[in-house]
Parts: sequence; structure tokens; C-alpha cells
Amino acid sequence: MSAVLILVDHVGGVVPRSVGELATFGKRIGEVTAVICSSQSAALIPQLSSFAINTVIVCDGVEFEKYSVGATAQGLSQVVAKVNPTAVLITSSARGKEIAGRLAVRCDSGLITDAIDIDSTLTATQSVFGGSTTVHSLVGHGTPIVTLRSNSIEVEVGSGTPTVENFSVTFDGADKAVVTSVEPAVKGGRPELTEASIVVSGGRGTDGNFAPVEELADILGAAVGASRAATDAGWYPHSHQVGQTGKTVSPQLYVASGISGAIQHRAGMQTSKTIVAINKDPEAPIFDVADFGVVGDLFAVLPQASAALKEIQ
Amino acid sequence: MKIAVCVKQVPDSWAEKKMGSDGLLDRAGVDAVLNDLDEYAVEEALKIVEANSPTNEAGEGSGHTITVISMGPERASEAVRKALSMGADDAIVITDPALVGSDALATSAVLAAAIRDGGYDLVICGTESTDARMSVVPAMLAERLGFAQLTFAGSVMVNGATISIARQTEFGVEQMSAPLPVVLSVVEKINEPRYPSFKGIMAAKKKIIAIKTLSDIGVSVQSAWSGVKDSAVRPPRGAGIKIVDEGDGGKKLVAFLQERRIV
Ligand SMILES: Cc1cc2nc3c(=O)[nH]c(=O)nc-3n(C[C@H](O)[C@H](O)[C@H](O)COP(=O)(O)OP(=O)(O)OC[C@H]3O[C@@H](n4cnc5c(N)ncnc54)[C@H](O)[C@@H]3O)c2cc1C
Ligand SMILES: Nc1ncnc2c1ncn2[C@@H]1O[C@H](COP(=O)(O)O)[C@@H](O)[C@H]1O
Repeated sequence: MSAVLILVDHVGGVVPRSVGELATFGKRIGEVTAVICSSQSAALIPQLSSFAINTVIVCDGVEFEKYSVGATAQGLSQVVAKVNPTAVLITSSARGKEIAGRLAVRCDSGLITDAIDIDSTLTATQSVFGGSTTVHSLVGHGTPIVTLRSNSIEVEVGSGTPTVENFSVTFDGADKAVVTSVEPAVKGGRPELTEASIVVSGGRGTDGNFAPVEELADILGAAVGASRAATDAGWYPHSHQVGQTGKTVSPQLYVASGISGAIQHRAGMQTSKTIVAINKDPEAPIFDVADFGVVGDLFAVLPQASAALKEIQ
Repeated sequence: MKIAVCVKQVPDSWAEKKMGSDGLLDRAGVDAVLNDLDEYAVEEALKIVEANSPTNEAGEGSGHTITVISMGPERASEAVRKALSMGADDAIVITDPALVGSDALATSAVLAAAIRDGGYDLVICGTESTDARMSVVPAMLAERLGFAQLTFAGSVMVNGATISIARQTEFGVEQMSAPLPVVLSVVEKINEPRYPSFKGIMAAKKKIIAIKTLSDIGVSVQSAWSGVKDSAVRPPRGAGIKIVDEGDGGKKLVAFLQERRIV
């Protein structure tokens, strides 16, 4: 069986769940070969043992951290040239998509981004126009490169430890952009936004007081999101922004409180399975996409919901 | 400095979009505008020129030029005109029947050829086109041109021939720097795009928009490396339930979640 490559990206040495999703998708297509481009491979390899991965190819080098996107695309393209895989799967993060883009140029191969599914015929499914249209696409040239949104599939547990191989990358200095310092996004105790099955978000309506939003989130084991109005005001970090210029989330449940539902916000949450909205304004456009809307004050509705949930738990 | 700003004309964000029978976005029925995220790229170019000009006046005599480059149908000139009225100097629109249905690989190949032709040392892009939503063209341009990639910039510092940025992504903030030539993309938090002034609008009418075909820039590309097999409009969300809080809104909300077996 031929190989399908998946890229192991990591955040501060931690392999995210999305890599397990790539492995699960990859298994449908071929033998899953995970590629690590990092100087921290020793810490990353053990974290891969629970996923459905057959082989791990380790490209070691400080260049990957120093030159970021350009270096990783370069390393990956050399692995592609050697392995000649059926497809390359990468997580649809900002960084993942950029690596995929540069890889596509290097390999003269077609690229599909933001897929939510891929089958054994390499047909990728995308959800476009705010979730109103489902599209099936195929790469027609070269080695198909597909980026997949996280939270798209249940992660399958693997059996057995993967074989580890080393691969030496030749750097040609293609990208001269140097990373001089990194300030990782602060990780609270809550789940990651794009991976959470429930997201509770607050907007301008919170007036800067996210306490009722966080309380409900914690009872539900949810991630906290925010509208741009809230991140712009400095009430919540930018990394929590949901929307066109923030993150795209597609949880089982999305709770929008004090958010009007501007098109740019909806672009990031409209494909959520169930949407609940709390807003004082009965005319707020968020109600157009809500399965359940409460016209009311979030400072009354959220605490009451939290209390009711505590009672039934 | 010779700056190129890449801008795209896109369907209005508020317009309802659908797929045509040819598997391409149906652009005929919707208003076309300048991709709003590209306005930040134009603004940043103007700010860089203003901050690095002895006269502190955009353009005139500063030795810096800003050229707007767009690939698209001929009517993309309308969107380009807006960038000119904000203060850019001139523009190039690359349009060709062979480019219909172009994907990011084709777009970046064409833009790269035009940029190479013009000998620019700084290319500024938005982070995303609101129709394609791929966020890959800037990275592809860097790869094709062999320029340094400084993308998702939340702030930009120009120090002679070195550019430094704070890169903002879901992973956090990375400080990066690189020597020119550079491809820069800017996030929407970086600045507040100016509104074209009356004077700017009048001046833009006289600015040159060079319309070029593929043979003019000496490239031939396939239009797409991947394509749509089929598409289907999802049934719209059924009308939801909407209640007015009468003191029990929170409880009713929880009852709904229980009914849906979410809690
Ligand atoms: C280029 C660009 C990119 C953008 N990207 C994004 C993005 O990624 N994400 C994003 O979210 N936005 C984005 N926006 C901004 C977007 O257009 C809206 O301005 C923003 O989403 C508004 O945030 P909001 O809903 O919190 O605020 P508002 O629109 O001000 O809405 C606040 C809502 O709270 C309600 N409210 C007030 N008090 C209460 C209360 N006590 N109880 C209940 N309800 C209350 C009000 O009725 C109102 O509906 C972008 C805009 C541009 C131009
Ligand atoms: N057809 C185009 N013409 C000019 N610039 C473009 C074009 N398509 C994309 N770009 C630039 O690349 C950025 C990212 O676009 P995308 O990768 O399509 O999301 C945009 O914000 C523009 O700056």
C-alpha cells in the first residue's frame, strides 16, 4: 500500500488532537506516515503512539524553528520527493495552510484547503459560503495536498508503535525570514477553541464582564470565544476571536451571548451543529441562524442557565 | 522603495453567494467590491511611505512608489480605482480569458510574474480574500519569488532594508524579521484604512491603470491545479425557536439543551 503523509505540527512541544484526525483520515487512503520537521522530535514522537500511524519520518534541525513556514515546506517537499506519497494531509491552521501553499508550489501540485472530509478516492469535502453550500473537489495535478479543519472527525486509536526513520533535509535558504522570539498563545485550563465540542462566546454586550460567559463555559466544559468587538476592546485575547479574521469553529453547540451576528462573525461559527443566542435586541441578525434564541439580558439569562445546569449535573 | 500591493475584487460580503453550473462562484449577480482585508494592505503601504519620506507627503518626490496589482476580470479596475483614490500611485490589472477559474497556484504564478517584471522590493497583501478564503497567495508568492515571507503581521517596522513584524496567528505572537525583498501580509488589526478624500478620488481618475494580458507579462499557466467535482446547496437551517425572557429564559435554554440531548 502506498504512503500518505501527514504533517505533525505542534504548539510548544505538544502535539494537538488534530494530528490524530489527520492520521484517521490518512488511514482511509494509505499507510500513514507522519512527518516531523522540528528540533524537538524527541518530545514529539512518544505523543504519536496513540494515533493510527505506521511510520514516523523525523527531519531534525533548528532551522525549522528559526525559519518557520519556509523551512518546513522545504523539508516536507524533500520527503515528498523521496516517498512519492498518494497525498499530503496538513491541519488547516494559518501556519498549516501557508506550509501547504508553499509545498504546492514546490511540488507543482494541486491544493485544497479547509476540507472537512476526504475519502479513499481523495475527494475532499468543503463547506463554503458560511456553510450554505457543500462542495466536493479533486486535485487534478501532481500530489494532492489537502488541509483539513480540526474537529472534523473522531480520532481513531492506533495499534502498535510506529517505526521511526530519520531524514536529512538540505536547506537552500529559500526563506530569509527569521523568528526572533515567540510568545505562545496563553493556554488556560479550558479546551482549545477549534477542538472544543462546545463554545460559549461573548461580545460587546458583555460590556467587558466575561464572568457569566466563563461560568457557563466551565459548567459545560466549553471553550470561550469572543467577537471582534470584544477582542478589539481588549476584554479577551485575539486568539479567542471567532470569525472571518479569527478562528473558524464548528462545535456541537455554540452559544453567542451579547453578539449581534455580523456576517464576519457568522463566517466563523455558522456551521456549528446547534446555535443558541442570547441578545437584548429582538432584531439582532444572530437570531437568523440560531436554533434557540432568547431575547433578554445575558446578565440574567446566563447565570440562571448556569444554576439550572448545576442542579441537573 | 518600490512597493506592490496585491488587491482582489470580490463579491460583497453581505451578498448571498452561490455556485454556478460550471463549478465556479457565480459572480454575475452580486456586487463586486475591493476585498476589505486588502484595504489594510493599501493603508499600510501608504503609512510606510509616509513614515519614510522626508516630506512626509505620500508619493511626490519621496522616491517611493506604490503600485496596485490585481488579477481578475476587466471590471476589477473598479476595485483598483478605490485603492488609487486612497493614495496609491498607479496600477496593473492582469486579465485574460485563460484565467477564468484560476486557483491560488495560478493566481500566484501570474502575480509573481508581474511582480518580477516590475522589480518591486516590497509586496504587501491582505491575509485573506473574502471569497476564496484560503490565505495562501502571500506564502505562495514568497515561494515563487524567492522573497522572505513575513505574513499575518499585526505590526510592521521598517528599518532601512530590514523589515520586522509581529506575526499573529492562533499559535500566538512571533517576532520575525527579514531583509528586503519581502512579501508582507497584514491582519486587519494593524491599522484603520483611510476613506478616500474628494481630492483623492479626483486624482485617482487621472492615474494609470495598465491592463495586461498573459502574453504581455510573458507567462502561460494552466488555470487550475484542482477543481470542483460537484456542489450542493444545503437545506437552510430550519427556523429556530425564539423566546422572550420573562424571568425563566435561562431555564428554558437548559430545557432546550436537554431536549437536544446536548446536556
Ligand atoms: C475586515 C473585517 C473583519 C472582521 N472580522 C471579524 C471576526 O473575525 N470576528 C468578529 O466577531 N467580527 C469581525 N468583524 C467585526 C464585525 O463586523 C462586527 O463589528 C463584530 O462582530 C461585532 O461584535 P459584537 O457582535 O460583539 O458587537 P455589536 O455588533 O455591537 O453587538 C453587540 C450585541 O450585544 C447586544 N447586547 C448588548 N447588551 C446586552 C446584554 N446585556 N444582554 C444581551 N445582549 C446584549 C446588543 O443588542 C448587540 O446585538 C470584522 C470586521 C471587518 C471590517
Ligand atoms: N486575484 C488576485 N489579485 C491580486 N491579489 C490577490 C488575488 N488573489 C489573492 N490576492 C492577494 O492575496 C491575499 C490572500 O488571498 P487568498 O490566498 O485568496 O485568501 C489577498 O488578500 C490579496 O492581497
